[in-house]
Amino acid sequence: MSDQRFRHLKDIPSTHIFGSGTPACAGCGGLEVIHQLYEVLGEKTVFINAAGCMTLLSIYPFTPFRGSWLYTAMASAPAGAQGVRDALDILLEQGRIEPSENLTTVVLTGDGSAYGMGLSATSGAIERGLDFIYLCYDNEGYGNTGQQYSEATPHGAKTSTSTGPRGYPGYKKSIFDIWIAGHPAYAATVIGAEPLDLARKIDKAMQFKGPKMITALSPCPTGWGFDPKESVEIGELAVKTGVWPLKEYVDGKVIHTKVPRKRLPVEEYLKRQGRFAHLFNPSRHESTLNEIQQRIDRYWEQVE
Amino acid sequence: MKRILLTGNGAAAWGARLACADYVPAFPITPQTEIIETLADWIDNGEMPGRLVTLDSEHSMITAAGAAAATGVRVFSATSSQGLLYGMEMLYTVAGWRAPFVLVNVSRGLASPITLEPDHNDILAARDCGFLQIHCATCQEVLDSVLIAYRLSEASSVRLPVIVNLDGFYLSFTREPVQIPDLKAAAAFVGAFDAEDIRFRASAPTSQAMAVLGGSPYSYFRYETHLAALQALDAYETIASEFEEKFGRNHPAVETYRCDDAEMLFFMIGCFATKAKVAVDRLREAGWKIGLVRPRLIRPYPAEAIRTILRGKHGVAVIDQNLSMGFGGVLHSELASALYGQPDMPHILASFIGGLGGRDISTEEFFEIATTLKRAIVSGETPAPRLLYTEDELKQIEKLQLIAHVERTGGERE
Ligand SMILES: Cc1ncc(C[n+]2csc(CCOP(=O)(O)OP(=O)(O)O)c2C)c(N)n1
Ligand code: SF4
Repeated sequence: MSDQRFRHLKDIPSTHIFGSGTPACAGCGGLEVIHQLYEVLGEKTVFINAAGCMTLLSIYPFTPFRGSWLYTAMASAPAGAQGVRDALDILLEQGRIEPSENLTTVVLTGDGSAYGMGLSATSGAIERGLDFIYLCYDNEGYGNTGQQYSEATPHGAKTSTSTGPRGYPGYKKSIFDIWIAGHPAYAATVIGAEPLDLARKIDKAMQFKGPKMITALSPCPTGWGFDPKESVEIGELAVKTGVWPLKEYVDGKVIHTKVPRKRLPVEEYLKRQGRFAHLFNPSRHESTLNEIQQRIDRYWEQVE
Repeated sequence: MKRILLTGNGAAAWGARLACADYVPAFPITPQTEIIETLADWIDNGEMPGRLVTLDSEHSMITAAGAAAATGVRVFSATSSQGLLYGMEMLYTVAGWRAPFVLVNVSRGLASPITLEPDHNDILAARDCGFLQIHCATCQEVLDSVLIAYRLSEASSVRLPVIVNLDGFYLSFTREPVQIPDLKAAAAFVGAFDAEDIRFRASAPTSQAMAVLGGSPYSYFRYETHLAALQALDAYETIASEFEEKFGRNHPAVETYRCDDAEMLFFMIGCFATKAKVAVDRLREAGWKIGLVRPRLIRPYPAEAIRTILRGKHGVAVIDQNLSMGFGGVLHSELASALYGQPDMPHILASFIGGLGGRDISTEEFFEIATTLKRAIVSGETPAPRLLYTEDELKQIEKLQLIAHVERTGGERE
């Protein structure tokens, strides 16, 4: 397995096969990831979608996808992928379709579904070794319904259902760890702000048969409270502060693909977003800020 | 063709096998599990081609079933009761995909309280979802209905999933002599699966089940589904007569028993209708002009066929094995709406609720129902809906409560 196909940014295809003019918000980090993923995967794909922001990409009778699309429901997109994959395999086995008619099966889901309601179906698909790519765009809340907190919301964040002075009391869980406990063929974290890392990982995923699990932190101007033009910068800060570790799981091992040696203080990331403003104004919430920083430091101590 | 003793579950599995189902997404639930175990056994031992996958839930199972059908293979699945309701979101969803497949439901009463025994609240909860519904009264009918259901589901004018319903325990676990058609004859009857224009192929990209903006496109698709369901009435007639020609068994959309000269009718679905037949025979011996009407097709609703049968009759007793809380029997209200304002319809439409959670309906109770109906016809007054329950049953419950109370308190009064 090698990363040879994409050595430099200019090696990444930029055919722009994903159509424009979708109803997604300007600066949507999730859309950025889909765009990049689609360049690498190409149009011989069928996207199986769970309810969320991206459900509105395909609105009758228009779609930005050149390939196929099936909307399912919030909880069962991986089961939809199972049905499509199994049916294609049966048709291929029986010679009822040509091999050239085959499609890559891709699940497209938000974090609310991936970390919560859809987890049972996801876990089942990993356990059965389903040959598919799973993309979770993680905007850390139920975006489509107005950014209520989800099981992926970070500690302290203000959401539509955590508006108090301390924000969200819970802690973001690691869906990556949950996935790899089931030993998928491949798992990775990515972010749109690191396109080369993302393209390499998608390319690598395509070389495996079985469940390929990818989660992308997806800066969301609407839900997180920042100017759409800062979306890429916020993504970069998530990596540079160590909030979002870029890593992959191959052959039973976790490898960090980018280790931020000199990590920026997490504040640099937090203070740029309206959802954390209450930690700074009217007065600094030292204990919460310290706690968030310590958790990040502890994570990277274990890595290094 | 061979004739063997088979349970309703076995008959359902045979139906799937003879229809050459390619794909079986599954999930266990009593009293359905025997169906998927039978199919798993055949597939594992090479007696039946195909693939069976156990999903994590019925919600996922129905998603996978719809997705596979929308990709272009023949799909069979089965569930019951809590499972049907767990998958309810997806019943509506996949029917909207216009993905043709067959789902067997083995009826079982719904929690709470939890029970394993049958009534029809589960299947009637799925009444409005877009699946067509065929209701069976015998094990033979289960097998035959699965074959007919595939034809109906896949008919160009229909393209909707179909539920074949059988009653838990009374059919699912009861052995009856069943004729098993030859594989060849069955396969010739059902035909090869034609995906038509709903399928995913690299050369023909397509988007399925997309969002719509606003009520106009939404209504367009909902109306289309409704009209397709209505077209299934004609399609059913054609397919059922072809089935009769090939296999010699007649399964009309509405079964009638001794109705021709009848003045009064029992009206019910499912296997308890065979109990009503016994009562009809006994009442006929005593000189009553009574018969039985048993719709097999509930969606689409065969309103015109029912009106033709009921025209000129004096009274109908609808026996519902379901209960819409705060209203009453579902079949009764549907029948009333089909008859209202139409010429020469029976004046008396009496409602009886019975057979909930597998509770028997005895022949004596059928006599009582007939007597009540006759009295109503004479007086011209429709009786209040009746919940079938005997004094003796009530005494038994009270006795159990008393025993439990004594066990717990040592007999002290509160
Ligand atoms: C069963 C069910 N419950 C609730 C909803 C309403 N709903 C639609 S999208 C959504 C949020 C999904 O959140 P996430 O998966 O994070 O995706 P995002 O909206 O952020 O893109 C919810 C709650 C639904 N569609 N289905
Ligand atoms: S709410 Fe956030 S995730 Fe959803 S479309 Fe807008 S920017 Fe993207």
